Amino acid sequence: MKLSPSLVVGAALSAFYLIAALVSFAWTPYPVEELNIADKLRPPSATYWLGTDHFGRDVFSMLMVGARTSIGVAVMAVGIGMGIGVPLGLAAAANRNSLFDEFIMRGNDLVFAFPSLVIAILITAVFGPSAINAILAIGIFNIPVFARVTRGAALSLWTLDYIFSARVAGKRAFLISVEHILPNIANLLVVQGTIQFSLGILMEAGLSYVGLGTQPPTPSWGRMLAEAQTMIYLAPRLALLPGLAILTMVLGLNLLGDGLRDHFDPQIRRAR
Amino acid sequence: MFRYLALRFASLCLSLLVASIVIFAIVEIIPGDPASYMLGLNAAPDTVAALKEELGLTGSALSRYVDWTTGMLVGDFGTSYTYRVPVSELVVARLFISLPLAIYALILSTAIAFPVGLIAAARRGTATDFGIMGATQLGIALPNFWFAMLLVVVFAVGLRWFSAGGFPGWDEGIAAGLKSLTLPAIALALPQASILARVMRSALLETLSMDYVRTARAKGLSRRQAVVGHALRNALIPVLTIIGLQFSFLLAGAIIIENVFFLPGLGRLIFQGITQRDLVVVESVVMLLVFAVVTVNFLVDIAYAAVDPRLRIRS
Amino acid sequence: MNIKSNLASLTIGLAAIGSAGMGLASSMSITVGMQLEPPNLDPTGGAAAAIDEVVYANIFEGLTRFTADGSIRSALAHSWDISDDGTVYTFHLQSSVSFHDGTAFDADDVKFSLDRARGEDSTNAQKALFQGIADIEVVDPHTVKIMLSGPDGNFLTKMAWGDAVIVAPESIDSIKTNPVGTGPFVFSEWVQGDRVEIERNPNYWGDPVHLDSATFKFISDPTAAFSAVMAGDVDAFPNFPSTETLSQFEADPRFAVIVGSTEGETILSTNNKSGILSDVRMRKAIAHAINRQDIIDGAMFGYGTPIGTHFAPHNPDYLDLTGKSEHDPDLSRQLLEEVGYDGSALRLMLPPPAYARRGGEIIADQLRSVGVASEISNLEWSQWLEQVFRNKDYDLTIVSHTEPNDINIYARPEYYFQYDNPEFQALMGTYGVTTDAGDRRALAHELQTMIAEDYVNGFLFQLAKTGVANAKIRNLWPNSPTQANDLTEVSWAD
Repeated sequence: MKLSPSLVVGAALSAFYLIAALVSFAWTPYPVEELNIADKLRPPSATYWLGTDHFGRDVFSMLMVGARTSIGVAVMAVGIGMGIGVPLGLAAAANRNSLFDEFIMRGNDLVFAFPSLVIAILITAVFGPSAINAILAIGIFNIPVFARVTRGAALSLWTLDYIFSARVAGKRAFLISVEHILPNIANLLVVQGTIQFSLGILMEAGLSYVGLGTQPPTPSWGRMLAEAQTMIYLAPRLALLPGLAILTMVLGLNLLGDGLRDHFDPQIRRAR
Repeated sequence: MFRYLALRFASLCLSLLVASIVIFAIVEIIPGDPASYMLGLNAAPDTVAALKEELGLTGSALSRYVDWTTGMLVGDFGTSYTYRVPVSELVVARLFISLPLAIYALILSTAIAFPVGLIAAARRGTATDFGIMGATQLGIALPNFWFAMLLVVVFAVGLRWFSAGGFPGWDEGIAAGLKSLTLPAIALALPQASILARVMRSALLETLSMDYVRTARAKGLSRRQAVVGHALRNALIPVLTIIGLQFSFLLAGAIIIENVFFLPGLGRLIFQGITQRDLVVVESVVMLLVFAVVTVNFLVDIAYAAVDPRLRIRS
Repeated sequence: MNIKSNLASLTIGLAAIGSAGMGLASSMSITVGMQLEPPNLDPTGGAAAAIDEVVYANIFEGLTRFTADGSIRSALAHSWDISDDGTVYTFHLQSSVSFHDGTAFDADDVKFSLDRARGEDSTNAQKALFQGIADIEVVDPHTVKIMLSGPDGNFLTKMAWGDAVIVAPESIDSIKTNPVGTGPFVFSEWVQGDRVEIERNPNYWGDPVHLDSATFKFISDPTAAFSAVMAGDVDAFPNFPSTETLSQFEADPRFAVIVGSTEGETILSTNNKSGILSDVRMRKAIAHAINRQDIIDGAMFGYGTPIGTHFAPHNPDYLDLTGKSEHDPDLSRQLLEEVGYDGSALRLMLPPPAYARRGGEIIADQLRSVGVASEISNLEWSQWLEQVFRNKDYDLTIVSHTEPNDINIYARPEYYFQYDNPEFQALMGTYGVTTDAGDRRALAHELQTMIAEDYVNGFLFQLAKTGVANAKIRNLWPNSPTQANDLTEVSWAD
């Protein structure tokens, strides 16, 4: 099958940042925790590829580690959402129209009704700002998303004949969910995961931007942007680069998600 | 039908009750208190105690929870610790900025998304469609605070077409008010418009592929006539749903944008309330927002049920 | 000036033509930017600097007042007599002064205000200012006598504080939202979250002010503040939050950059009772690990004066003790060796201002280079107040102590850095009751040296007051002897 352009571009962009993040564990041009005030605000050069920030840190190195921070937070937030949301959704679908189902669905509605950013701010006000709390705050709002998607997809599968017959044969709902339902909705979950992943990156950037995410000295794109803001006329690249990084990474993930969905679902693909 | 209504209503009340407990509990365990914040570094402990007494911060959590909820039932949202004015007064004042801003952003985003989505759908598969879809992908990925910052740099400081932020007040005239909301509205609207345009396009394409539209085309209608005459009306349902969702997002989700443009809106009221530990404000405003969303959901469900009896059974 | 405010002043100007025959002044109002919004407008009931920055000298006045250079001059009291033993102050009040609501100002208002401030259930943030007052007696409507429990060389200064302004019993109930004072400006409107507006008081007892009206606009975000000044939305930003942008204002002829001094000693506050930090050698090691100039350059872009103790360098009694804590990483490592530091991380808690957030990152780096690990937490003020200031659950923090002459906080063992030295406390007691200038100076030197040698805190720099204003504005305060935006002399050049 021919790969769609969005899948290719999206995968390339995502891979680019993923590789940058992985490489940053082993190597960055300069250590990101070392300040060098004498070299502050240097323009890009052969020494500092993208120049230095207001503390004389190498911007290129910081962007690399920033990618790691963003990806790390988003991965764990999606993990929380999937880890809790998918089982809840499966269970709700297996017991449809039960009190449990109703409870899960109303709970979902309720979480959706809370303004997410406000709750994230409240959480960090309680526990103090940190990467962990940012992950929690983002992860909590991923739970209902996955629960709903899982339940919806699982419900339609439950009406299928072979699952119905398994049921009649006395197979337990739990086993049916794990053996038949889950594999069949995996593609859907991967697509949703990609979307939530990119939303997580945006949210992490937003939280760090208001100072509630990852704490210094660990670089994060959102905080780099916030710190560089007042210097936008002095050294515009300091504010432009992290913004571009966020933009292109989210763009890449969205394209990847779209591409994957089309790839997995030829029917939708044909409809477009 | 009556049983369904009663059940749905009971679940609404339960949701609100749970929400109020969750909100109160979170706010209760936030460290720090407004009295210390107000009195600063040199205040003696007994002074802080005196102020706490004056603010009504003493007493058990339970009695304060009961006071708060029963107060809300009769429309009393308490008095702001810091500003010493009723919370409702603050909320109404802030709504005069947040509401117009949300509506402005929504109008902008709809005004952009409709034609763009329509064109993309009508020219599906062409370079135009491809370009539009690419642009909307960019729009969705755009961090709106970064975009806002760029807008200020270019249009306020560079070209001086707009002021960098702030709000002169509606008594300065509608034009002045709208002008000061323009940049924030654009910053909010562009990512939303991108989403909306995509929804619009795919909803149109979906209805276009339906039988009755095919029939209409078979009867000799041009593609454009089919889009405008038939598909558009039916595509409106998903589009309106998204618009509704976006509206509630815009109302409270503009916190960061309100900060960038120093607009005294609802989002900043909450943000400030949290920093200053003006917890009554935080509790009540968050509760109001949750109430608004839950109630709208409830009404939508009821409306659907009224239209489509099958839904009653299914949900 | 932008068009909007021009129009506004035009209408005010037109209204004035009818009555006073005044010409069309182009700019008789001013918009002053402030980073923080006051929580309320009662200077006697809250510590927020923002309250004084709006109301001090503009709306409210005290018996005495600070002037731009930090000296004290008469205000509502035109003169005073001090008894020979220094315990009785007789204030002679201005006559024919009235509050903005029309009620007359007299000695009863003075007694009311001071009694309220020192009372049992007072919520005055600086209650200590009034501690020395034993009794207040109204002699006649224009004379009030204040009896002190002991001589106090600082009493007239204390009465100049914003927390000691005179309020009226008639309007006290609504003071938080509708302040009624005796000053040259009358409160007109407060749009919460956005701005406070004040207007010229037509019935002012003293010299009339030049401005017709003034607006204080609250812009917390430093970038937004920069944009607002650049775009001309704000005419003056006396405490401009981002020093890194000042060079751009300097280069622009439309603006004037006003750099002055503040009373803010910026220090690396150290929890003297937390683990290894209770060892003076550890604190000394930290002090020698710090490179002040790097902090001033990196965090404040060069604005700030290094200090070696807790005293303002512009104070005549200041002693330069920076030599006691010079940047000396080798000495620092040697001390760490001596004290047996095990490498466990110190918790460095940083409140929101840029001096703390940026300074903290630099200090963490400097500590790391001598082998001291630290873990940064960025806190908002409320959290900082609770965790660091009240519960003392921290190792290091950075904060600027902006109260004038506040070395006395080192005599409070329960204060958040928990420095408990009886010798210092005794010395401070003597200093408080000494009135002779020469003796006070010697004592001040001794106090400064003592805390420097005990390495109580890391003494970093004196915060500079960095303001930006339209180049045509005259007579803004360059320095911050107290937190205020005194607009009484401010005017626009033609």
